[in-house]
Amino acid sequence: MAGRTIKVDYLARVEGEGGLKVVVRDGKVQSAELSIFEPPRFFEAFLRGRAFTEAPDITARICGICPVAYQMSAVHAMENALGISVTQPLRDLRRLLYCGEWIESHMLHVTMLHAPDFLGYAGAIDMARDHGEAVRRGLAVKKAGNEILALLGGREIHPINVRVGGFYRAPRKRELEPLAERLKWARDAAREIVRWTARFDFPDRERDYTFVALRHERDYPFNEGRIVSSRGLDIPAAEYDEHFEETHVERSTALHSHLRGGGSYLVGPLARYSLNFDRLSPLAQEAAREAGLASRCTNPYRSIIVRAIEVLYACDEALRIIGVYEEPELPSVAAVPGAGIGVGATEAPRGLLYHRYRLDADGTIAEARIVPPTSQNQPSIEEDLTSFVGGFLDRPEDELRRRCEQTVRNYDPCISCAAHFLRLDLDRG
Amino acid sequence: MAAEKPRPRLAVWKFASCDGCQLSLLDCEDELLAVADAVDIAYFQEATRGTISGRYDLSLVEGSITTAHDAERIQEVRRRSRKLVTIGACATAGGIQALRNFADVQEYASVVYARPDYIRTLATSTPIADHVPVDFALRGCPINKRQLVEVLAAFLVGRRPVTPPHGVCIECKLKGAVCVMVAHGTPCLGPVTHAGCGALCPSYDRGCYGCYGPKETPNALSLSAWLAALGMDERALQRVYRSFNADAEPFRKESERHGG
Repeated sequence: MAGRTIKVDYLARVEGEGGLKVVVRDGKVQSAELSIFEPPRFFEAFLRGRAFTEAPDITARICGICPVAYQMSAVHAMENALGISVTQPLRDLRRLLYCGEWIESHMLHVTMLHAPDFLGYAGAIDMARDHGEAVRRGLAVKKAGNEILALLGGREIHPINVRVGGFYRAPRKRELEPLAERLKWARDAAREIVRWTARFDFPDRERDYTFVALRHERDYPFNEGRIVSSRGLDIPAAEYDEHFEETHVERSTALHSHLRGGGSYLVGPLARYSLNFDRLSPLAQEAAREAGLASRCTNPYRSIIVRAIEVLYACDEALRIIGVYEEPELPSVAAVPGAGIGVGATEAPRGLLYHRYRLDADGTIAEARIVPPTSQNQPSIEEDLTSFVGGFLDRPEDELRRRCEQTVRNYDPCISCAAHFLRLDLDRG
Repeated sequence: MAAEKPRPRLAVWKFASCDGCQLSLLDCEDELLAVADAVDIAYFQEATRGTISGRYDLSLVEGSITTAHDAERIQEVRRRSRKLVTIGACATAGGIQALRNFADVQEYASVVYARPDYIRTLATSTPIADHVPVDFALRGCPINKRQLVEVLAAFLVGRRPVTPPHGVCIECKLKGAVCVMVAHGTPCLGPVTHAGCGALCPSYDRGCYGCYGPKETPNALSLSAWLAALGMDERALQRVYRSFNADAEPFRKESERHGG
């Protein structure tokens, strides 16, 4: 057997459409390519000419799984352009909304999309026949996240209550209180889910990643902080373009991001966790230690544990916010249109999400740029495949294919976002 | 134990979209396992590794047609499906990506991509019904998951789903919500927009922005006069109809009357 090609035409259990091609020559992986064939939708083009106030609702439609991330990066970019900042209760409410999205999105991935890879099922519905309790528990925690989104955002998908400057309507304190009961249950359940995922069998694969995430002076990052890396980068979001660049490859409707001067990097739960372990709540840190994780994790397969830890953290943080919440005098601060350039970088469930807008004097969007996490991770996913798949080449075709898919799903790739993703094609010559 | 009756086969298909409408099925946390008991989820790429084979009793189709490949694929989906239901604004009206229908797609590609020559796409984003017969259309950007469960339940017993085609105004009245337009002077598309959301935006002190698309017999001409009286200029009037259901006919026609 001189060589072969592993091909997955349409990768399942990822959000969107993509394929994967791995070329093997003389028993070694020569190349691995992700092709994203999600049809392009041209958001950056049709945002031009729209009012700055429309960006949160329009960009939410890039992704049904993480619309809050798009709304948050958009509002922060607009507020940056217009020179306004929100009050503390509004800042807290934005963190609370983001907690809801992390819980919902991570639980979808951990329980429904990723766990079947570790336990050997085609999907969560098959898995439920043997692991019914685990699936029901995962769905119930996911529901707790969705309840935050439904109350604070109006609905789970494409929330309607987010605006530049804050919210249309701020919740009453007594409206938030019923959420606390379920969140206390969800926090305990998330701790069990951390233990459950920690018992999975993990391939012994590590890579020396360049992690990139936000870092805030006090908090585990959602909306605020400087962009830092595990190799010493420490910049404000406004300098993003000076340090990162996107290139366009023919096989993909998604752009690929690199550090200027070369090199792939990794955003998302592993990066956030490894760069911000000290900002996690004591409970989340304790759960991580109990799961056998150090304060830095470089095994991408263990990202499933890290997601469960972030769910635990998000439940904890949501409970903290609900506890200290004081109703704001006004649900939003006034946003007066004006010319300017604004950037916003926030932590989507899948990692750093960067928006940049240029506004005309009347607040019309003249230029828009959006860099989603999956574009940034794409080179790193391909490098993981190149370095890891070699170790599985002696396995039967079907298992090899499953390993490749699992490796890609470590990233919870969101192709709908990035095409703006999967087939597996393994070429052994 | 009695012999198991074969369960109807369900398929979920994705075209150009955000994945949000099919996610609504996974968001039915309390109903999902019951649905999986009642129907055989035979093809659902977002949730499970399965392969396309045979015929499906019910296909849920998300997304719009924006590539030549997808224009062919929808024909194959229709051939394999006994009933075909479109879910959401993309599948039903072309979605936000139908804004290209009012512009030059080549220019769009050159704005987003360094190598627009790598991009294969159609000049338009079109709803599924422009390509194949559709048995039922569920509205919304995104769809309401309770309405999705109603569509599945109705299909299982062979009746038509109950999704009222009246306006959001009726939902406000049913809910006892204060009219944001009359009481606060907030521009609202509720009078011309299809019900289904439960009057969400007005309940949050915000005007409806039309994400469920046009209701039956909308009088957008009249609404525009009211919106203008509330201070919306010609460009804003054009934009307000050109969002998630921009190419739904009543909204498209009204938007073409404005812009100045």
